[in-house]
Amino acid sequence: MTVDVDPRTALSAASKVRLVDCDIHPIIRHKGDLKPYLSREWQGYHHTYGDFLVSPFATAHPYPKPTPALSRLDTWPPSGGPPGSDLAFMRDQHLDPHDIEFGVLQVLWPTAARHRNLGYGAALCRAINDWQKAEWLGREKRLRGSVMVTQEDPEAAVAEIARCARQGGFAQVMVVPRNIEPMGRRRYWPIFAAAEAHDITLGCHVGGLNGYAVTGGAGHCSFYAEEKDSNGFAMEAMLTSMIFEGVFEAFPKLRLVAIEAGLGWVPALGWRLDELWQRFRDELPAVRRPPSETLRERLWYTTQPADEPEDPKHLRDVFDWIGWDHICFASDYPHWDSDDPRYALPIAMSRAEHRAIFRDNALGVYRLS
Amino acid sequence: MAQRHVVLPLAELPAGESRIVTVRGREIALFNLAGEVFALINRCPHEGAPLGLGLRVGLSESEKPGCYTHSRPGELVRCPWHGWEFDIRTGQSWCEPAKLKAKSFTASIEPGATVVKGPYVAESLPVSIEAHYVVVEL
Repeated sequence: MTVDVDPRTALSAASKVRLVDCDIHPIIRHKGDLKPYLSREWQGYHHTYGDFLVSPFATAHPYPKPTPALSRLDTWPPSGGPPGSDLAFMRDQHLDPHDIEFGVLQVLWPTAARHRNLGYGAALCRAINDWQKAEWLGREKRLRGSVMVTQEDPEAAVAEIARCARQGGFAQVMVVPRNIEPMGRRRYWPIFAAAEAHDITLGCHVGGLNGYAVTGGAGHCSFYAEEKDSNGFAMEAMLTSMIFEGVFEAFPKLRLVAIEAGLGWVPALGWRLDELWQRFRDELPAVRRPPSETLRERLWYTTQPADEPEDPKHLRDVFDWIGWDHICFASDYPHWDSDDPRYALPIAMSRAEHRAIFRDNALGVYRLS
Repeated sequence: MAQRHVVLPLAELPAGESRIVTVRGREIALFNLAGEVFALINRCPHEGAPLGLGLRVGLSESEKPGCYTHSRPGELVRCPWHGWEFDIRTGQSWCEPAKLKAKSFTASIEPGATVVKGPYVAESLPVSIEAHYVVVEL
């Protein structure tokens, strides 16, 4: 289907629609910021032992990054501190100029979900959640938090989801594609059960370092550009695991948002998984529906990093396959590859399509009001 | 019709540096390349990021793996968001030269004595005969 709309008209119509941004990264100024939210015991533990992660290098990222703090050069707050650490500056640079109605916070650092010491990991998750509540959600009504959980300690994760759901203000339970085992494995199912029980969306933001090569078995890569490209297929591998393990049949109300993996790959994954499912149904008895239906009905996808095919019509074809009601705008502010909502999707869109992608789909999947 | 605007004392734009000024309501990115000045619209043609805040880089090329050449140091500006590179002399995109170009403006260095005679638009900028000034046509 093609819609004959002048992109300029679409943009001016767009300016009247308020925006929901599904991917904004807040960060602590320094580790001391979390101290008030950690018990004395855990403060002492961290002081003595520091971080003990499943990936190599406790204090540095195992892959190079292309810009300082992975961020746009114009996002360093004048108050000092790293990009994403100053709410007032975030308002001035991002929330106000784009008239953002709701923004979903995605906390990437400090890495709390994959600590070897599960007790400290759980304490750090609680601290980050309380920090979001006090420093961000409590001060800015437009923002919603992410419940950080220890994926390798589902019992603690379930308790934390319940605690945060009681408090309110959180839009999603945050997970990442790269865990100790593929995400569909049953050890992670209590997290899905809790998300479903509390009617809170599962948000999978790309990333996670589990010590394995990010290339998916092809060995350790040489360049940042390779590591960045791995985000898409790490998400594909995770979704394949969840679908083939039967997660979406076991949890029929679970909603999952795939964040920062782009979406150009989604149709091809659907074609391939449907074929495999048809051939090997006896190996996958838990899967009762074609995987492509699950990809279209149970998954939502964020736009960033926006795919930029030579012919923009091809992006419309991808959107048509996924369904215009399952695509949500995300900026990834303040990271270097963030998208400006005015220019990121240079395709002709009707007003209804624009409104769905830039606002209504996210309001629905995240239950924002 | 384009007017010549006195936008900055040259002393405020040292060699190798960049500044952002507003001329007739438009933000302009100024670049000093070893004593020559150039002006581009302060708006990346990709997604609108402020080019004047970008890193100044050279041209890195490779004929084959393991063999690199670096030339034209400081002559390209790398967009502070997505890293698209533009030739500060022309605004031409290095990545997509056929499709993308940052609008460029004629910029020059004029002595204060010339600036005082006019015709220039100096607006709120006090002009001294001893100094040199960056002039942009817009």
